[in-house]
Amino acid sequence: MLSKRVIVCLDVRGGKLAKSVKFFDTKDIGDPVAKARQYYEDGVDELVFYDITASRENRDIMIGFVEQVAAQIFIPFSVGGGIRSVADATKLRNAGAEKVNVNTAAVARKELISEIADAIGSQSTILSMDIRRVFRTKEIPSGYEIVVNGGVTPTGLDALKWAKTGEKLGAGELVINSIDADGTKDGYEIKLTRMIADAVGIPVIASGGAGKPEHLYDVLTAGHADAALVASIVHYGQYTCRALKEYLNGRGIKVRMSY
Amino acid sequence: MITIIDYGAGNIRSVLRACAEVGAQAFIASDPQVIAKAEKIIFPGVGAAPSAMKNLIKTRLDAAIINAFKAGIPILGVCIGAQIALDSSEEGPQKCLGLVPGKTVRFRLKDKLLKIPHMGWNEVKVVQPHPLLAGIKPGDEFYFVHSFYPQPAEKINIYAVADYGGDFCCALGSRNLFATQFHPEKSGRLGLELLARFANWDGNIDS
Repeated sequence: MLSKRVIVCLDVRGGKLAKSVKFFDTKDIGDPVAKARQYYEDGVDELVFYDITASRENRDIMIGFVEQVAAQIFIPFSVGGGIRSVADATKLRNAGAEKVNVNTAAVARKELISEIADAIGSQSTILSMDIRRVFRTKEIPSGYEIVVNGGVTPTGLDALKWAKTGEKLGAGELVINSIDADGTKDGYEIKLTRMIADAVGIPVIASGGAGKPEHLYDVLTAGHADAALVASIVHYGQYTCRALKEYLNGRGIKVRMSY
Repeated sequence: MITIIDYGAGNIRSVLRACAEVGAQAFIASDPQVIAKAEKIIFPGVGAAPSAMKNLIKTRLDAAIINAFKAGIPILGVCIGAQIALDSSEEGPQKCLGLVPGKTVRFRLKDKLLKIPHMGWNEVKVVQPHPLLAGIKPGDEFYFVHSFYPQPAEKINIYAVADYGGDFCCALGSRNLFATQFHPEKSGRLGLELLARFANWDGNIDS
């Protein structure tokens, strides 16, 4: 059986590591390549690097940064932020990223998902979704709406419908990032994660809200997620990846324990 | 010195970087004449077995690999490299290298909750000792991403299995050839150790 994955997300801004709270108040907290290496040695199963400024400022992602990471860590990692074309995705893949995340640009033009999946494979194409809770309407029956540009722009798209569309177009994995839970440390949005995980046949990564190991347990069991993404709780030294995995293993979740 | 074969099937620089990490000298080559002089060969690949095989034929690297196998050069196949070492693949009608008897087959999963591709970390269970698998313990996991897997015709060629809706072959070998369905270059310390063992391997399965 496959193990459940613990994934660390590093928000990168101009080559520096940043952590955002509710996507606004961002502050830089160190060298992302060194941090990545530290998490790699500490047993993280996968890493995600988000270029948090690329989407907003129309900036290319630093290929050189990805190459540096690839020379340092020998587990899969993905890159997101500002990917707008097959050329962007292919460049990142060639620089050493196992997967790429598309988000805002896929909302603007959904064919981008199938184009990237055709070029580098579904298994390397992740659809990342920033989602917030809204009143149920005819347009948004699930009560969850897709927002873009780092969580600031509503789209009118229903999150559940968008997840299914993404799968159909060839996304190999989904990141479900709750804007409401992001940075709160109150736990993942279990209901949202489970709703989408049960509706699609591809792996689902839960994101936003991890504050303690129990939260990971909850989203990997009740939330039906295949992977749990963490950031603050490891960036500030509150928990190590090893401690998170030991906790999950102790509660009977199959996770990779030898590394 | 390890020669990593480039035949246009995916990201091979990750293999090169992993070799560098374990201090193994390696370079990338796509010229059959260079490969004819190789001391050791890593034969990676992602994508589809039939198109990978077609690329090999077009670049005349198929003969170079077959000759290296016959000459006793240590060869490590990875992912598609493992799949096309067999006679054929269900992914397409293209004949494969035929270094090991058998066929690459599609996952046929009864459990609807199991997703394809099989992607992520899974335990590699050693079923027959091999110098390249030395030190792998129960519970040790490696990174996989694939929808097809190699199925050697003879048990003697199966060295490790993994469980995904039932056990499937994830490491095969014959004489100086060893091949893994998982990705040692993406499998952290355990994968790097496998590559380091390959760098020191003389191609003898009893060594």
